[in-house]
Amino acid sequence: MDLFFDNAPTLWSGFRVTLQLTAVSGLLALALGLALAALRVAPLRPLRAVSMLYVELMRNTPLTLVFFGMVLVAPQFGIIPPLGFWTAVLCLTLYTSAFVSEALRSGINSVGVGQAEAARAIGLTFGQSLRLVILPQAVRTVIPPLINVIIALAKNTSVAAGFAVVELVATGRRLGQAIPGEAVTILGGIALLYLVFTIPAGLLATRLEKKVAFAR
Amino acid sequence: MSSVLYDAPGPVARRRELWGSIAGSVLILVGMFFAVRYAAGRGVFQLDRWDVLWDPPKNQSAATVWRSLIVQGLGATLRAAALAAPLALGLGLLLALWRRVPNVWLRAPAIAVVEVARGLPVLLVMLFGWLGFNMQPFAAVVFGLTLYNMAIFAEILRAGLAALPRGQAEASLAIGMTRWQTLVLVELPQAVRTMTPSLIAQLVVLLKDSSLGFIIGYVELLRVIQRNTQFFGAQYTVALFVVGAAVYLAINISLSQLAVRVQRRGSRRTAGKIDQNDAAAELPAGAVVLDPSGGLDRGRGRI
Repeated sequence: MDLFFDNAPTLWSGFRVTLQLTAVSGLLALALGLALAALRVAPLRPLRAVSMLYVELMRNTPLTLVFFGMVLVAPQFGIIPPLGFWTAVLCLTLYTSAFVSEALRSGINSVGVGQAEAARAIGLTFGQSLRLVILPQAVRTVIPPLINVIIALAKNTSVAAGFAVVELVATGRRLGQAIPGEAVTILGGIALLYLVFTIPAGLLATRLEKKVAFAR
Repeated sequence: MSSVLYDAPGPVARRRELWGSIAGSVLILVGMFFAVRYAAGRGVFQLDRWDVLWDPPKNQSAATVWRSLIVQGLGATLRAAALAAPLALGLGLLLALWRRVPNVWLRAPAIAVVEVARGLPVLLVMLFGWLGFNMQPFAAVVFGLTLYNMAIFAEILRAGLAALPRGQAEASLAIGMTRWQTLVLVELPQAVRTMTPSLIAQLVVLLKDSSLGFIIGYVELLRVIQRNTQFFGAQYTVALFVVGAAVYLAINISLSQLAVRVQRRGSRRTAGKIDQNDAAAELPAGAVVLDPSGGLDRGRGRI
């Protein structure tokens, strides 16, 4: 226990960086993902194609490769991203937004076509049917997968540990290497800090999902 | 869906869409043109920054470079994945069956294992192996990949079993099969078949995660690329990176396509019509779920 009290400031700063990474990239990824999803349903084909290409590329690329590209390859193009936190935010945002876009798209698709047809049939306009019928249902279906995307993002912030960001996992590695005898204990403590967030959020997502499935 | 929401476009709207499409394409092409011109201005496309791929400097042969990239780098990546995937699948199956034990207290450990393994970053699990249990980097990578993916495989298989119509098990028990026979001969074959697309899609995730070995010192594709750029000089970074990215994309996109194709072929040989929505509802966070709209919904997956 002393181990944790002695290293509390280090652990706390690591935890804070993880939280900040998750929050900042999460918000940015939601915005970018929303834009990508909007492009994906745009009536203009080139815009659809660009969004689709982006999402497909990102989904099939390891996050480590995105970091690698940003940190080691971008300087070759004369683009030198600020090392550390903001590079990590940039990579995580670019990567996560593809998954946000997919979650949004499949959520909107999961609203039955009959709902839209019925809304149109009773004479609601495009705006009304979207606002009163489709979106309220889509939002409910979309929230559980979005929570899962955020959980995944929280875990993915750990990749930044390999690229000069001292967040939780990097803190764990540092302490574990400094005190080899206690590595398991330290990493166990770090694991607990992740689980405090991921398990409740996962349960919440499952519960919401069951509710939504019933409502449909 | 969107087609239902508007009235069918008339001639004016169609013309407007056409012009919009043309304007959009031109905009994108102009953007690409400037990006390429900028990159060319930095000398990125000069041959002497790519010749490492066919005529490398420092008295090395192209064969050596490619052997290091493909045999050593990709080989190591695939080796880790090839060992971790069957291990994770076996353990996942075990966990999925364990979670079907009727007694809550006997079932609890399996639930706990799945929840914990799913809730941790793979990199942290790899660090556990590497620093905590003093494993070699290769063993640590396999350890991390196995532990995480076994939890996901367990959830996928559980959802597959739960989605089967109850009549299947009831019928098989009624004709006198034991519980074990019911499971092995009737339930599992159908559950595995329904969930094959999700299982394949999860393999993409596994393969992507193997690149985390880069961070804990496992010499895989990314590390080999980095070593090559350190040896030959930073001017070759772009060329080598393009090769690495192409390799990853080629493998992962083929696997994703395979998953989609298997899914399209569908579950013709399983009992009843399995409602993919029900199956999805059974799957908690982190699992790869089939999208009722036909594509694979990896938005839910660990990404």
